[in-house]
Amino acid sequence: MNGVQRLGRWIGDHLVLFGGLLVVAYMFTPIAVVMLMSFNDNSRSRNIYAFRGFTLDNWTNVCGPNGMCEAVARSVGIGLAATIAATILGTLAAFALVRHSFVGRSAMNTLIFLPMASPEIVMGSSLLALFVATGNSGRLGLVTIFIAHVMFCLSFVVVTVKARLAGLDRNLEQAAMDLYASEAVTFWKVTFPLVLPGIAAAALLSFSLSFDDFIITNLNAGQTVTFPMFVWGVAQRGVPMQVNVIGTIMFLISLLIVVGNMLATRRKPAAA
Amino acid sequence: MTGRKLTGYWLILPAALWLGLFFAIPFYSLLANSLYDPEGSVLTGYHVSYRFANFADAIRDSGPELWRSLWYAGLATAICLVLGYVLAYAIAFKAGKWRNLMLVLVIAPFFTSFLVRTLSWKLILADDGFIVDTLRFVHILGEDGRLLATPVAVIAGLVYNFLPFMVLPLYASLEKIDGRLVEAAGDLYASPLRGFLKVTLPLSMPGVVAGTLLTFIPAAGDYINAQLLGSPNQRMVGNVIQDLYTDTGDFAAAGALSVTLMVIIVAAVLVYIRRAGTEELL
Repeated sequence: MNGVQRLGRWIGDHLVLFGGLLVVAYMFTPIAVVMLMSFNDNSRSRNIYAFRGFTLDNWTNVCGPNGMCEAVARSVGIGLAATIAATILGTLAAFALVRHSFVGRSAMNTLIFLPMASPEIVMGSSLLALFVATGNSGRLGLVTIFIAHVMFCLSFVVVTVKARLAGLDRNLEQAAMDLYASEAVTFWKVTFPLVLPGIAAAALLSFSLSFDDFIITNLNAGQTVTFPMFVWGVAQRGVPMQVNVIGTIMFLISLLIVVGNMLATRRKPAAA
Repeated sequence: MTGRKLTGYWLILPAALWLGLFFAIPFYSLLANSLYDPEGSVLTGYHVSYRFANFADAIRDSGPELWRSLWYAGLATAICLVLGYVLAYAIAFKAGKWRNLMLVLVIAPFFTSFLVRTLSWKLILADDGFIVDTLRFVHILGEDGRLLATPVAVIAGLVYNFLPFMVLPLYASLEKIDGRLVEAAGDLYASPLRGFLKVTLPLSMPGVVAGTLLTFIPAAGDYINAQLLGSPNQRMVGNVIQDLYTDTGDFAAAGALSVTLMVIIVAAVLVYIRRAGTEELL
């Protein structure tokens, strides 16, 4: 009986882990395909849905497809601007929510939660309705995209920074004050460095949300083309393989940042 | 002291203004849109005529797409819950020193373009691809059976794209569970299965609820998967709204349909939260 039970438990233990690894494989298959296709030689065939042979051409001639690199640059610019704005506004709001009392706090919490719980198509059409109603339908472009991106990144920043701030040991700040540090010095020497990893994570999340957004952007972009809009456009006609190069580069950069961050925090466990 | 009391207001003000102006007020504009006189156009302008029949028209014209969206999103959420639970459980309790690496692997797809990844599904499920060939060989699919342009492809795409939104909240709540509670159940002669059902699962309910909402809501409004992996027979409500705005320019119908979708989702979420008994989540 005991042996059977032990066998059952061993299978149970490893079955779950094995299942988890299968799910990870499911999540990574498309990325592996993106990487593989970035080396696909489709110069002789219009059928893009097959691997035709190995080539480095897509990597050496990334900007070949008309308008793609311009779209990538535009998306990076919008992403950086929206990230900076959303991170600043969101961090201030997180401090207000965790450290200060004010009237309307629970209403504010709801206002921050709602954008994360609304379908993008509804938020996008609402914003478009506002721009049209205020007579700005002719001015859709970079500015309206920026407004939209800050709006939907903001909530994610607040939630991420708030979590970090709430988990902070306030004794550390108390100790600094006991040692005659002024409030400002305590903030910049103790509080801020401790919250910084949360702010960095929030900024990274913001940038990827902004860079990747299609549904809201597409409704509010006017004639401006971002990278996801470029991909959507070519998806109807025939996808240039260079799109996969951009996907691979994005993946590698983010992996580098995340892994680098992991190693850095491991080396200094006190800061974690 | 009064200066210090005001600090909170100054800190919250910019974010509150931004969300108020560009998230809350737009809902009002959308509501106004939905009551437009449908005779108007972008060129001649619209006026609010309080025409509530727009809603009846929207439901009549787009009923199948609306229903299909809820159905696909519900099914995708259920599949995500099963797959996500297995993965989150494995990371929280079985991964050991590989825990951080597995977490990174869950987050990593976030950073590769959503559209590029969805396009690569098109390749994986292609008619002469490995998966279709295998399924034909074992006769799960017929001789000319296909996966692309079927509900299977669209739902698989939805599951794939929203899985991280399920895994992360599940992991966050599983990770907090005190392992001694599960041990105690074992000491009291509960079988591992019973221990899981009576201890682990109830304690992970906040994660289940949060993950379900974060998956279902965006999935119900998504149209990228239906467009890229499906055929016109798999059109979801998002496709209709998008087309009404960009192709037809019918703001009245688009507004009415958006409001309808939002109302259905809010109602479903409220019922679900009440059933799950986690009202404090909001």
